[in-house]
Amino acid sequence: MTDVIVVEGVRKRYGDKDALDGLDLRIARGTVHALLGPNGAGKTTLVRVLSTLLRPGGGRVEVAGHDVVTQAREVRRRIGLLGQHAALDEELGGRQNLEMFGRLYHLSARHARVRADELLERFGLADTGRKAVKRYSGGMRRRLDLAASLITEPEVLFLDEPTTGLDPRGRTEVWEAVRSLVGGGTTVLLTTQYLEEADQLADGISLLDRGRIVAGGTANELKALAGGDRIDVVLRDGGQLGAAVALLPLARAEISVDVDRRLLSAPVVDRMKALAGVVRALEEAGIEAEDVALRRPTLDEVFLRLTADGDLGSDPAKEAV
Amino acid sequence: MSTYALSDSWVMTRRELAHWVRQPAQVLVGLVFPVMLLLMFSYLIGGGRGVEGDYVDFLVPGMFALTMAFGLEGTMLAVTQDLNKGVIDRFRSMPMANGAVLVGRSAADMLQSALGLFVLMGVGYALGWRAHGTFGAFMGAVGLLLLLRFAMLWIGILLAMVAGKPEMVQAVQILVWPVGFLSNAIATPESMPDWLATVVDWNPLSQTATAVRDLFGSPGAESGHIWAAVVWPLALLAVFFPLAVRKFGGLSK
Repeated sequence: MTDVIVVEGVRKRYGDKDALDGLDLRIARGTVHALLGPNGAGKTTLVRVLSTLLRPGGGRVEVAGHDVVTQAREVRRRIGLLGQHAALDEELGGRQNLEMFGRLYHLSARHARVRADELLERFGLADTGRKAVKRYSGGMRRRLDLAASLITEPEVLFLDEPTTGLDPRGRTEVWEAVRSLVGGGTTVLLTTQYLEEADQLADGISLLDRGRIVAGGTANELKALAGGDRIDVVLRDGGQLGAAVALLPLARAEISVDVDRRLLSAPVVDRMKALAGVVRALEEAGIEAEDVALRRPTLDEVFLRLTADGDLGSDPAKEAV
Repeated sequence: MSTYALSDSWVMTRRELAHWVRQPAQVLVGLVFPVMLLLMFSYLIGGGRGVEGDYVDFLVPGMFALTMAFGLEGTMLAVTQDLNKGVIDRFRSMPMANGAVLVGRSAADMLQSALGLFVLMGVGYALGWRAHGTFGAFMGAVGLLLLLRFAMLWIGILLAMVAGKPEMVQAVQILVWPVGFLSNAIATPESMPDWLATVVDWNPLSQTATAVRDLFGSPGAESGHIWAAVVWPLALLAVFFPLAVRKFGGLSK
């Protein structure tokens, strides 16, 4: 499989702040890749560099086999962009917008019209084509925006926080649209602050922090990176937490305790052995548990762990029992 | 330059025209405002300080020039609004000709200004203003007025890109008044203190106003200013056109 996005050592400086700090990234054709990171991590800057809106300060960036600086026009022919803010002409109707963009992609007048009809139909906007976009709801606007990004069936589609500010229904609509695209072979790069979104949509995830990629992999790989599975034990009596920590067959240094929730949590390696051991130990000591559960770490935990100060170099996976 | 430069520019021009159709009130206000100014000056404030002869013959060509100069703020407002919308990002991420956005803007603004001039001429005619010169002189005057407008257009585009904020448009909308009135558009410099008269004489707007009065054969019009009315806007264009185009190309860097 070939890489349709190749980023090597890309830099972008704003004042004395590195928005992108020697970032490397490769994304295979036909996959969905999520860039996950907090505000200011460099997600939008990277998308703007990839979509030729921003000239990188250094490094090499290729999209669909073309350099974004020296072959910007070739790149633009092959990409679609859904920015954070609707990139539509608010005064015009939905159909007018799509026809205009179609003409600017140099489709013939007739072809642009047919394509606009297809897209309006596909995104459930057929009966709103004449209405001015400024009268659209947030979800409709986003769908039209997405439709405009798909006029030429791009090889690569960039989605910058595609569901930020949408209600749950709008979010589901956008997710469905993205899923249906991937079936068509489009490579999708999306940025998000929502771990759930990355988990739901993406084949691969890169965690971005301060202009660098601090971790990458599938959702499962990333979860494993945060220390694999965990066991959570909720006691009936919070006063027995100390006793439980002392006697449970878990690595003491790794146990975290939440007194308010009467919760004790620790990483485990052998799931079944750990579960049996914990249940037996509690029974023998006569400590009553309300709940004992094995679970995978959430991406939130992965994220906090990997982006925490001073923690970037270490490999947390090695510390599990 | 792309082979699609023309068709892209045409698409962008049509976009502006489609805005007119969607928002006819805005276009109408743009056309009515100079008419209102003309009526106010001729009937309410009238008299014309220091003007010899019929004030209407002096005022109407002056209002033509003033309207062209005030076009600056309209252009600046439109470009500022565009830049602050996401749609410009989509244009920039598409394989369209660089600058088609600006060409569309200038074509639409020039069209609106030509239309505005036409309406204003009709109202001027109703007020008793007449063009006394030849048809060639008449067309020359129209050409000089549109040339001034064209220079103002590129200043407006550059200002919009440099300032970038709707608040700044408001500041410029206020500032165009003293700059516009520091000219001989509605009063002659003879009625002003010497130092002010010097400023007024140097205002490009004054040169265009004087030149078109000359070409329209307004009674008492000064001659010999036509060259200045050609050179001034061209000089402004020579400075602001490349700056604006460069700034637009550099928006992404």
